[in-house]
Amino acid sequence: MTQDRTTPPNPVDAARMSTPTALDAHLRVDRPAFTLDLALAAAPGEVVALLGPNGAGKSTALRALAGLLPLTGGHLRLDDRLLEDPAQRLHTPAEERPVGVVFQDYLLFPHLSALDNVAFGPRCQGRPKRAARAEAADWLERMGLAEHASARPGRLSGGQAQRVALARALVVRPRLLLLDEPLAALDARTRLDVRAQLRRHLAEFEAVAVLVTHDPLDAMVLADRLVVIEDGREVQSGPPAEIARRPRTDYIARLVGLNLYQGVAEGTHVTLPDGTVLATAEALSGPAFVAFPPSAVTLYGERPHSSARNLWRAEVTGLDLHGDQVRAELAGELPMAADLTPAAVAELGLAPGAEVWASVKAAQTHAYPA
Amino acid sequence: MNDRSADADRHPAGHDTDHGADSGANSGTARGTGRGGERGARRGGVGPAGPAPALPRRGRRPGSGRTPVALALPALLGLAFLILPLVGLLVRAPWSGLSEQLTSTAVWDALRLSLISATAATAVSLVLGVPLAWLLARTDLPGRRVVRALVTLPLVLPPVVGGVALLLVLGRRGIVGSWLDSAFGITLPFTTAGVVIAEAFVAMPFLVISVEGALRAADPRFEEAAATLGASRLTAFRRVTLPMIAPGIGAGAVLAWARALGEFGATITFAGNFPGRTQTMPLAVYLAMESDPQAAIALSLVLLAVSVAVLAGLRDRWLSTP
Repeated sequence: MTQDRTTPPNPVDAARMSTPTALDAHLRVDRPAFTLDLALAAAPGEVVALLGPNGAGKSTALRALAGLLPLTGGHLRLDDRLLEDPAQRLHTPAEERPVGVVFQDYLLFPHLSALDNVAFGPRCQGRPKRAARAEAADWLERMGLAEHASARPGRLSGGQAQRVALARALVVRPRLLLLDEPLAALDARTRLDVRAQLRRHLAEFEAVAVLVTHDPLDAMVLADRLVVIEDGREVQSGPPAEIARRPRTDYIARLVGLNLYQGVAEGTHVTLPDGTVLATAEALSGPAFVAFPPSAVTLYGERPHSSARNLWRAEVTGLDLHGDQVRAELAGELPMAADLTPAAVAELGLAPGAEVWASVKAAQTHAYPA
Repeated sequence: MNDRSADADRHPAGHDTDHGADSGANSGTARGTGRGGERGARRGGVGPAGPAPALPRRGRRPGSGRTPVALALPALLGLAFLILPLVGLLVRAPWSGLSEQLTSTAVWDALRLSLISATAATAVSLVLGVPLAWLLARTDLPGRRVVRALVTLPLVLPPVVGGVALLLVLGRRGIVGSWLDSAFGITLPFTTAGVVIAEAFVAMPFLVISVEGALRAADPRFEEAAATLGASRLTAFRRVTLPMIAPGIGAGAVLAWARALGEFGATITFAGNFPGRTQTMPLAVYLAMESDPQAAIALSLVLLAVSVAVLAGLRDRWLSTP
């Protein structure tokens, strides 16, 4: 991969400088075969999503923030309180951190009712039983779960369990809320519902929330800012729309469904490392990315008599039904994905191994500095 | 290397699980495609054939087919070997004089002592054994394998050897015993307390093994969840782990209790055989065999009844597991 790690400062980063920083962390965790090295900062009320493929280090980062995994380097500061600094041999254990966690499979205590699950935190903070339960009842009410207060977790639906877990994490008024794949355990239908509710609750939450997900939609709906992690490091961060428009790595481009190439721009041409030239609408100079959606690709059975400058021979390597479209994977001079209708597939007689011509209008590409 | 994108075989993640995934991330992606020369064909609406649904596989039921004689015969013999002695006990029991035998004070003294000492030994095992099991299951104790081996040693050690060892340590002239005697005036051997100690020594490993297994099966992330809610490790253990492994503790306690009830070798070696003070049921049975076999059978029946009751109490936990 020829990814560029140094992301140029974007306006959001600059804006954040002026707002107070609630979370200021540099997480470094060294494992035999893996290193997490991630700087993370957030303002009060901000929702940050850590997005990345499996094994990228998202969960490690979350565990380190929670205090369940000691840092080997860096520091962690929350609301100007230093919670962890290996250099000073400072490690605040999880139970002393003002941090709430919603675990991926919720980890509701199976032997306690929903009410007692939520009351667990206040009880640990020394509240009398009655007061803790009253507070827990308030939160269940707020989550719309008042009638399920006495139910054991085993009797709750996935969406209800998720809300109980959220209430349990929020009742202790954490200054940092961590959510590990908060929607992954839900089926597609409840997911839509719960995602909308979670978005509302996160919007009301006044402290920092960090959520870990591998689902770009969850990240984009729930978060104010995305931090994309690959291989233990940040590869890109910014507001969701910015990342969706200007991906900087293959992984992100795939997540947002774009074809992405990196090369050197000269005017409205970008030359890729292997010599392929892409015509673009925007004029640039120097290292640049070019992105275009699979829907911008047109396929022909024979060389078309068109004036398109972006025209390449390609071989179909795979076909995949994708919504009501067929996505064709193409290899050749410029590997790419192309979307077309099932009818077009039939007309062109496409099958893996078929030779085609692919063209992309320059106006449908988007070039930006690397 | 050519930094190209979207050439792998999978595209926007999650499109198969969540339909909204790609339309939200990249609205318009799936529109206006194939603007080339196939406009006319678009109306055709040819759909690619989906993959044929896989037929559910039908597994063979276990138990179908013939049982080989070479296995069936020894199996039946084994069954008979285990059951026949118990049948013999029931057949030869002096049913007519049973009530008389069982109402003698000697029997009641022995039974009472057995029940009390076995219960006390179980209590000791619980108080010491559950934390020990936790230590083995949840910490990175150095030399943990060795510790576990030492804990399980009383399981395989002949109980008489255990009794001798206890005498050497806790006896009046033992390493710890002489100190207990001189400092506090406490003498353990040949007392009821000695019975409890001998029984606990033999029975505790059963509890530790059972509880450790339950702890290993319990997800330690529940303890982490408790920690993030402000629970100290002790609180997490008390309020989360302990209730979750309660069935395992219960099974271990019953097992330890049954083992303590039947304990003979360590008890007679360490605590002796004094009626009313250290003579438990097994010792009474043994003694009665010499003088009054009818009484021995009657006493054995009582122990058998207790064992069957224990088994019945355990059936949900144990007999149902394959």
